[in-house]
Amino acid sequence: MSPYLLEAYIVLVGLVILMLEAFVPAIRKDSLGILAIGGLVFGLVLLFVAQAPAHPENNAEMARFYSFDSAAIFYKGFAIVCTILVLLLAIDYKGILAKFTENPGSQEGTGEYYALPVFACAGMMWMASAKDLISIFVALELVTITFYILVAFMRRNVGSLEAGVKYLILGALSTGILVYGVAWIYGTTGTTDLALIGEKLKELDSTTPALFGLSLILLSLAFKVGAVPMQLWIPDVYQGAPTPTTAFLSVGSKAAGFAIALRILEPFVQEGSPVQQQTIFILLILAGLTILYGNLAAIPQSNFKRLLAYSSVAHAGFILLAIAAWNEGSGNSLSSVQVVGFYLATYLIMTMGIFFALVTVRNATGSEEIAAFDGLGKRSPALALAITVLLSALAGLPLTAGFYGKFFAFQLAIDAGLWTGVILGFIGVAAGFYYYLKVVRAMYWRTSDDTTAIEISPFSRYTIGTLTVLTILLGFYPDPILWLLGA
Amino acid sequence: MLALLILLPLAAAIAILCGASARRTAVLATGASLILGFLFAALWSNNHDVGAMSLEVLSKPSISLSLGLFDGMSVTMMLLSVIVAFAAIFSGKCPEGREKLWYPSCLLITAGAIGAFLSTDLFFFYAFHELALIPTFLMIGILGTGDRKQAAWKITIYLAFGSIILLAGLLWMFSASGADNFQFTSLLAAEIPYDAQIGIAALLIIGFGTLVSLFPFHSWAAPAYASAPAPVSMLHAGVLKKFGLFGLLRLYPLVADGINYLIPWLIVMLLGNILWVGLVTINQKRLDTMLGNSSVMHMGYIFLAFAALAEKGPIANPIAIPAAVVLMFAHGISIAMLFGLSDRIKQATGTLELRELGGLAKAAPRLAFLFGLAAMASIGLPGLANFSGEIMVFLSGFKNWVPEEGLSPVQWGTILALWGLVISAVYMLRAFRKIFQGPVVPTTENADDLNCCDRMPAVILAVALLVVGLYPNSLLNFLTPSEPTNAPITQSDN
Repeated sequence: MSPYLLEAYIVLVGLVILMLEAFVPAIRKDSLGILAIGGLVFGLVLLFVAQAPAHPENNAEMARFYSFDSAAIFYKGFAIVCTILVLLLAIDYKGILAKFTENPGSQEGTGEYYALPVFACAGMMWMASAKDLISIFVALELVTITFYILVAFMRRNVGSLEAGVKYLILGALSTGILVYGVAWIYGTTGTTDLALIGEKLKELDSTTPALFGLSLILLSLAFKVGAVPMQLWIPDVYQGAPTPTTAFLSVGSKAAGFAIALRILEPFVQEGSPVQQQTIFILLILAGLTILYGNLAAIPQSNFKRLLAYSSVAHAGFILLAIAAWNEGSGNSLSSVQVVGFYLATYLIMTMGIFFALVTVRNATGSEEIAAFDGLGKRSPALALAITVLLSALAGLPLTAGFYGKFFAFQLAIDAGLWTGVILGFIGVAAGFYYYLKVVRAMYWRTSDDTTAIEISPFSRYTIGTLTVLTILLGFYPDPILWLLGA
Repeated sequence: MLALLILLPLAAAIAILCGASARRTAVLATGASLILGFLFAALWSNNHDVGAMSLEVLSKPSISLSLGLFDGMSVTMMLLSVIVAFAAIFSGKCPEGREKLWYPSCLLITAGAIGAFLSTDLFFFYAFHELALIPTFLMIGILGTGDRKQAAWKITIYLAFGSIILLAGLLWMFSASGADNFQFTSLLAAEIPYDAQIGIAALLIIGFGTLVSLFPFHSWAAPAYASAPAPVSMLHAGVLKKFGLFGLLRLYPLVADGINYLIPWLIVMLLGNILWVGLVTINQKRLDTMLGNSSVMHMGYIFLAFAALAEKGPIANPIAIPAAVVLMFAHGISIAMLFGLSDRIKQATGTLELRELGGLAKAAPRLAFLFGLAAMASIGLPGLANFSGEIMVFLSGFKNWVPEEGLSPVQWGTILALWGLVISAVYMLRAFRKIFQGPVVPTTENADDLNCCDRMPAVILAVALLVVGLYPNSLLNFLTPSEPTNAPITQSDN
């Protein structure tokens, strides 16, 4: 099967959902979510069947924009899995979603919420394959525009609207910066094909204009992945957006951002590039500042969703550190590209688990503050245990999946001699222990007036259980991720 | 097969969480580990690969879950872990209704400690140690006493920071060694350039040092041990803390020159442990903080053996490593016994304030005897295990003394460290006198003595102290190369 059909199929699923939406009765809109999940699961199957076209020259125009290598397959699978989890989360979130849309209490007007993530998924899958600045831009916009709607979906909720406006303005700004950067790169190298840019760079008399263009593109990518200096929108938007959107932003959108960041950066940081040193220097600064900002600003947070927002910035910093320590990989060490994939795969598991737990707690207590977790150790011991495991993993405790990503990032950084990044990274990890454990403290040390057991929906129960067990299993035996990465 | 020692506590923890009878499961699991541990130790003498296993968990970079009894040091520490774990779980009195937190936490700490000592792969060696971090945090924070929340934060942040610095050192070491996997065998075969060695050695000393409460990174230990529930103090002070020293001794050959360069610093730090913390210990008004500080203080002696080792290397100073290991074992047993019994004192009298206690020996003679035995061991009375360790430490300090060259830093350190013996005698005897002797006070009038069930763990620990004290070769046989003529103890007697 030709890989191009994959995205076409996903878009088709989205369109079908959108059409059906008109006919589904208002009380059963969440059945659309189940349908979308079914469609995506089949998409996952197709992903394994799809093969790179044997004769790309037959479709040269497409082949120029679209690659189907192991990284592309990995990030496509990542996008689909992430979207499936987001849709599951959305089904559990339907009560709150319905409260702030059309008719409070009825599910009228929530149907699109199950179709839009599917379109975003298609965009992320294109991003995974895009290898030309033009196709990168188009794919990126598909994702971003979908997210404008998803963020502001609870239109009767001021927080969600505010988040939507902030995201729209900054997103538009970053789009503008991206196009401007692409223009500079095109102007200096005469091509938008990333495979050719590396060669053209070596022929340049002056690399300054290309570096300027790259810096602009990096700015816009920093917006996508939530890195300094474009991180300011993150806490507000994450807090205001509906929780499934937040989860989607913090996992799917970030991963897709890194997927294209790696493709764009490769010609600039690879061996022999005339701007290698400068690019690595910029990346190191971004990584160091992102780690510091994310981890230190997370410390005083009292809202759990906001805490997760800063934590997502912090994780972006660690991933950037792995990119800054650019390594092509050798017989016995992972390349930067693989480490990023590895990190994101474990990040997906841990973060999604935590968001499911957050929605469960929100449904039971009506609050997303850390204080809502008070006494959870007594109210729902199993849920509290799962949250403890997931948070420990996010903090990077060894023997959980979360340790490996950080371990490899630091290993690359030490091999590359990026001592500043390493020191800042270690400060960040130490701070991480503090703010993640704050939630653990709330669950076990504090008591709550309400001691009734928390009700966990079946979807959440199985998903949280699976993700927690995966976190532990992959902590002992991480090899399957490597297999997914095609290493 | 060695994996059983880790899997048993882990399986028991899961079983308890799933609803198995908590105390019975935990005691059974640690009891079985105890028996298995001795079995493996006995088999090890004939076959150094006994129970070794290796499972590759990541192919690139190559990381394996490898377990094995790497050398006699691993055997000794494994024995220490299983003995103390059994005693801690058996003697701990879990508050009503908290069994699902208490026993699984203790079992996780046990599994982490045993895993760290058995790992022959640097990655899991580090990783297993961290397994104890969260359970310790929860146990101190929820079930501790006194200023428990602050103590829990302090120990967690300190240990997390120490581990992270350690991780930096280990990664740098791995990177500089050029080894292609994390196995100890391939790492220890590598050579590291001198320039990198100093930096790595400094990171390792600070990182491991924080975990062992080396001065000036020690201030987490005393409050945490004082607040923690007794089994956690026993496991942490007795077993887990030794991980840092174990790691330094294990990885020493890789950074021998770097550590040699840092000896003066090390001497200053360890004297800080012995003298500074020693004086602080004398000043304590409560038994639990006193014991906590005393455990910090005694780490100084073990570091002294390490400094002696680093001065001339293991060939020139063959008793340094056995000295350190015997003392680690002896200290682990004696401090666990002291913490366990001080918990009994608290239950019998309701207080650990020294000035509120007195004459307890009258109401509780057995408790007094066993506590006295552990206290004497801690002071270093001949015939008990700590004496064998301490005397070897001091001998190792002067092993390479050349009178014509004057005193080296290590020898100066040894001379000053000898004063530590006086200090520990002062506070231990004083505490013993205040608690058990003198006129009977209201709090101790009707105190219960140890019942049969309480005595068992203490007796097991006491037997371990006596056996190693009267017949040090029981441990030294593990620690010295096979030829009995080279047994270090005979050399030092000359």
